[in-house]
Amino acid sequence: MPQLFHRSANSTARISILAVVILATLGLTAVLGGVRSPNFTNQYLTRDQPIQFSHKHHAGDDGIDCRYCHAGVETSATAGIPPTKTCMNCHSVLFNNVGYLAPVRESYSTNTSIQWVKVHRLADYVYFNHSIHVNKGIGCSTCHGQVNQMPLMFQASTLQMQWCLDCHRDPEKNLREKKDIFNMDWKPAPDQAEKGKLLAAQYNVRSVRDLTSCSTCHR
Amino acid sequence: MSRARRHLTRFPLLLAASACSVLFLGGCDHLHQDMATQPKYRPLSPSDFFRDGRSERPLLENTVARGSLANDEFVIPKDSNAFPLEVDQALLERGQERFTAFCTPCHGLQGDGNGMVALRGMKHPPSYHIDRLREAPNGYFYDVITNGFGQMYSYGVQIPPRDRWAIVAYVRALQLSRDAHVSELPAELREKLSQGDSAK
Ligand code: HEC
Ligand code: HEC
Ligand code: HEC
Ligand code: HEC
Ligand code: HEC
Ligand code: HEC
Repeated sequence: MPQLFHRSANSTARISILAVVILATLGLTAVLGGVRSPNFTNQYLTRDQPIQFSHKHHAGDDGIDCRYCHAGVETSATAGIPPTKTCMNCHSVLFNNVGYLAPVRESYSTNTSIQWVKVHRLADYVYFNHSIHVNKGIGCSTCHGQVNQMPLMFQASTLQMQWCLDCHRDPEKNLREKKDIFNMDWKPAPDQAEKGKLLAAQYNVRSVRDLTSCSTCHR
Repeated sequence: MSRARRHLTRFPLLLAASACSVLFLGGCDHLHQDMATQPKYRPLSPSDFFRDGRSERPLLENTVARGSLANDEFVIPKDSNAFPLEVDQALLERGQERFTAFCTPCHGLQGDGNGMVALRGMKHPPSYHIDRLREAPNGYFYDVITNGFGQMYSYGVQIPPRDRWAIVAYVRALQLSRDAHVSELPAELREKLSQGDSAK
């Protein structure tokens, strides 16, 4: 009886098995890498805003506190975007005739909103709350990066579930003292491990089990 | 059945099946979208329903907020020197924090009117350490924060009443710090001062 397959078919079979395994791995890596890449998460992307508002100038150079504009951040779920009147506190006098602030003046005099383009956007099935993070020792820059150096706002973290969980599984490495919450240049001290433990006790931070329970963030 | 006829009956079936699967896939996509962008307003999101495009509705005209009426707990007449809260360390610390966030951009850390924004071209505010403001009653400061004064816009929206009083207490402390007499200082501080030569 003639052989159905030529001898070389053995190696062909082996090579194709190997090829399938390699291709599958490559494909999986591409998909997993893809969803984590800035293209997919919109990380580092600046938007076209109606006014070129610079956090670097306002929060950095002029040292204006985040709460001057994002007044709700310590007391509510959302930090909020300042109303036009807040800009006019200064710009009614300062630069009150330059062109790039015309949209602010027009918004103020016609009582219409400035339509800022949202930069951070969690999916609606995720519950997030600023006040609990800010009051339990997580500073703005841990999540938003060094805002005081951003000429235009961008999203500094991936905002993916894994990113939230990385911290919720071990919040101690990121805990700061109250006075440092709004300090954009804060870095963990060499003795952060011990400090973190103390602070976790002081803030009464809940257990990792509570913080990683699905219903903490998906309610 | 001839071969040709079988093909003819199969074709519409195939068409229907592919149409169904397209619909199904489309449905999936739609469901996914609904979870991530649900038909609800989040804070500050735009609205097609209201003519001015805001989902956040402005207050009706002549609405009076709690805590803003003359007989409310925190409201004290402009010319009164009363203080509605107990002044303690915690209140002063709160006042310092709020003062730093909301007033220092223009008035400066020491209240002398040399804030960063004033240096960049905002109208220079007067120093808190002039006699007129030293002698002004507590109620006057509360009124300036709540309603503004001249070129200074009001801070009633940004700062809740309790914090306004904390700021007033801190401004008072600042004024005192520039106007204290050596005899009023605790003994150890007096000792320290007498070693230097800048005693007042
Ligand atoms: C003078 C007012 C002002 C100050 C002070 C200020 N911000 Fe903002 N912030 C804005 C405005 C206006 C926007 C919306 C325009 C934009 O995205 O750039 C904004 C946007 C943001 C956003 C992005 C919001 C989004 O669309 O997702 C973040 C995050 C933020 N600010 C953080 C901070 C932090 C942290 C500080 C303190 C270091 C700060 N801001 C200080 C006015 C201010
Ligand atoms: C507390 C005072 C203050 C407030 C409030 C404020 N600004 Fe400014 N703004 C400044 C100062 C000071 C500068 C000059 C910045 C510099 O040169 O360092 C400036 C500059 C600007 C510029 C010029 C470009 C630049 O960045 O130098 C724009 C545009 C601007 N502001 C927009 C806004 C908008 C929009 C708001 C409201 C969300 C706002 N500002 C609120 C003080 C303020
Ligand atoms: C634990 C991480 C975390 C910390 C800490 C944090 N933020 Fe955010 N911030 C977020 C996320 C996530 C969003 C997007 C929220 C959404 O889409 O619902 C956001 C959104 C914002 C926005 C957009 C408007 C809004 O409220 O949705 C502003 C402004 C802002 N943050 C400012 C601040 C400031 C100022 C601080 C510091 C006091 C701060 N954030 C601290 C994670 C954080
Ligand atoms: C850098 C650390 C850190 C990051 C990043 C972080 N969290 Fe948290 N989160 C905390 C800490 C600390 C607490 C406070 C735990 C407690 O209440 O004791 C907390 C609490 C919470 C709570 C409980 C609030 C409540 O009222 O019960 C929710 C919900 C939450 N986080 C959601 C999120 C989401 C969603 C993200 C990602 C977008 C996120 N967090 C990212 C540290 C973090
Ligand atoms: C610390 C907050 C947090 C906790 C705890 C959490 N999630 Fe999430 N989850 C998120 C965030 C944020 C997203 C949005 C991710 C994105 O948009 O890429 C998300 C997305 C998801 C998605 C949608 C994924 C997608 O790609 O569309 C599923 C499913 C999910 N979570 C399931 C769970 C389950 C199951 C648990 C419990 C084991 C859980 N989550 C616990 C924050 C959390
Ligand atoms: C955007 C800059 C700015 C900020 C922020 C600001 N002020 Fe003023 N303030 C001024 C200016 C300008 C004047 C002078 C107004 C005039 O004479 O037209 C003034 C005047 C005053 C006066 C004196 C009124 C008088 O009788 O001469 C007091 C008191 C005062 N401010 C208190 C405060 C307090 C308290 C805060 C913080 C809650 C604050 N200001 C924040 C700009 C500011």
